[in-house]
Amino acid sequence: MNAETRPLIKPQESGVSTVAAMRAVFSRDMKVAFRQRQDLLNPLLFFVMVVTLFPLGVSPEVSFLREAGAGILWVAALLSVLLSLDHLFRHDFDDGTLEQLVLQPQPLFLLVLAKTLAHWVLTGLPLVLLAPVLGVMVHLEGNSIAVLCLTLLIGTPVLSLIGSIGAALTLGLRSAGVLLSLLIIPLYIPVLIFGTGTVAAATEGAPVGAYVALMGAFLVLAITLAPFAAAAALRISLSNS
Amino acid sequence: MWQIFHKLGSPKWFFGIATRLMPWLLAGALALLAVGLVWGLAFAPKDYLQGNSYRIIFIHVPSAFLAQSVYIMMASAAVVTLVWRMKLADVFVKAVAPVGLVLTFLALFTGAVWGKPTWGTWWIWDARLTSMLILLFLYGGAIALDRAINDEKSAARAVAVLVLVGVVNIPIIKYSVEWWNTLHQPATFKLTEKPSMPAEMWVPLLLSVLGLYLMFGWLACLRMQTEILVREQRTRWVKEHVLARRAG
Amino acid sequence: MSVLNASDVACAHRPGYGALMSEPILQATNLQCERDERMLFRDLSFSILPGTVTRVEGANGTGKTTLLRILAGLNDAWSGELLWCGKSRNWHREEFLRNVLYLGHRPGIKALLTPMENLRALVAARRPVADTVLRQALSGTGLDGFHDVPCRRLSAGQQRRVALARLLIADEPLWLLDEVFTAIDAKGVSAIEALLQQRAAEGGAVVVTTHHELQLPGMRSIKLGEVAAQ
Repeated sequence: MNAETRPLIKPQESGVSTVAAMRAVFSRDMKVAFRQRQDLLNPLLFFVMVVTLFPLGVSPEVSFLREAGAGILWVAALLSVLLSLDHLFRHDFDDGTLEQLVLQPQPLFLLVLAKTLAHWVLTGLPLVLLAPVLGVMVHLEGNSIAVLCLTLLIGTPVLSLIGSIGAALTLGLRSAGVLLSLLIIPLYIPVLIFGTGTVAAATEGAPVGAYVALMGAFLVLAITLAPFAAAAALRISLSNS
Repeated sequence: MWQIFHKLGSPKWFFGIATRLMPWLLAGALALLAVGLVWGLAFAPKDYLQGNSYRIIFIHVPSAFLAQSVYIMMASAAVVTLVWRMKLADVFVKAVAPVGLVLTFLALFTGAVWGKPTWGTWWIWDARLTSMLILLFLYGGAIALDRAINDEKSAARAVAVLVLVGVVNIPIIKYSVEWWNTLHQPATFKLTEKPSMPAEMWVPLLLSVLGLYLMFGWLACLRMQTEILVREQRTRWVKEHVLARRAG
Repeated sequence: MSVLNASDVACAHRPGYGALMSEPILQATNLQCERDERMLFRDLSFSILPGTVTRVEGANGTGKTTLLRILAGLNDAWSGELLWCGKSRNWHREEFLRNVLYLGHRPGIKALLTPMENLRALVAARRPVADTVLRQALSGTGLDGFHDVPCRRLSAGQQRRVALARLLIADEPLWLLDEVFTAIDAKGVSAIEALLQQRAAEGGAVVVTTHHELQLPGMRSIKLGEVAAQ
């Protein structure tokens, strides 16, 4: 079989590079999100409201808030990422974009990684940027706030990455939102523990470098493994639709 | 080689093997459990610190042990499901997930019952108990996902992905929970700091662990057989099997 | 509204189709698919030859869409053998995907984006195409004046036309089109028919499912539903 008898079939290396395809996926998701800016605010509002519930529901005492503040912010951030995950693939699934994504010749896990990155930029990153304000509201000290933001900066991408697996697995199912939480929350626990633990260590004046490095290791692990799992899950969910 | 592999994956072949294996598994399980439990509960010496209350370990430890290894078994089967698409692996995961859930619950429950006389409280955020609680969530998630997907092949593959993600996470969860535990409460109570056991304690314990393993084997076979009959209900061999059972 | 105009827009952007292949571009042997515990089809064998239009026939629920999704590689709950140019399709997935265009009944059009943005995103995954070519293709499907309007303001038929614009610039040799005539008016239908025929004449292979009475000279068909009838 030489090329002359098969003029139709394109050789494997032709076409668009993987990086270009990832960029295209990322920029489309950004563009779609910015056409519906209101939706971008929802997880942020949710974040603020959940944090507000704690002083109201437990205690507005400075001592309590200072001790629990990092945990409250982390739990609230975790929940708002969880809430936004349902959208990660759902719209693409409904309008057929996801089918076209799976049929792109580039490796699917890298395209999924691009989508997850867009999800983080649109939800996780704003949470990190908002965290200092809320940190002040729960009476955290400057140093603690800085460490908190650092842990959120490293931790929220892990939340998005792990969450992408759950979002892919529950795609097209009834009551997908609740199910997604059930599947994903146990997997979020290590991130939560180290996120809040690092801030606690900083508050006590202990060095946090090792903990931050460990969270970085989580992030590396999640970037390496989660897109594979999410891509496999996407294929399974699409196959079933 | 491939033929043997294929044959191993055939539900019909497994059904026959399981039928022959199950009486032995059950007999072995009952014998070992009877010896282990009677020895452990009635004849093993009292613990010099905890008195008789420690005897719950003859139930607690085997169930905790098995609860974790069932998840590892499920993960191994999940690899088989995803790589070789072997039906039997699908059936195994589906059949044993609820068993794992019950064992985890049993471990937690006995842990709580043990905690009351030992620690003076039903629940304590001990690293091991917390890890077991998270394991319970993982089992629950796998079962919930399986129930939510109608198509059994898709369900098996989706659950396989989830179980594999879970098994990667289990060491991370365990490690972080232990770290969290030392961070938040200085180790006042620790399960691990028991005096090393005399043989009269660990031999019955070992027997009950082995007995529970065999019991699990029997239960897994039974549940897999049931699941196979449901899945293969339209095939001729199942119809013949049912007719034969009815006639006999 | 102007009709789809296949002839003058796009041919220049396709690679030359000199020789026709006589070997099947896609060959299925003993395909079997079971879905929700129901056998959709089994022992289904056929080959898709270059230069042909093949219609998948069958009543509702006989698995037309499922078959097309299996061929495209979206559904993998099947058994049997599927050869792509004589090689296993599953082992040459990337090459296969570069050479196939699949349009599902959900066409992959984002309601918030404009036709131009949609088309650009869909095509960009496969090869770089100049904007002028994209605009030409959109105009070719009768979307003149709607290039930069968000798709949610377009009618269902217009939205489908955005997806169909891909056909005018597609250089993939194998097209898999699911319910391609849905929501398209009579003039559009005949234009699509002409496009499919032209595509076959160029040496491409087209597989379609449709409820519409499609009559093209030399059209082949795959009949589904015999298993269900048994």
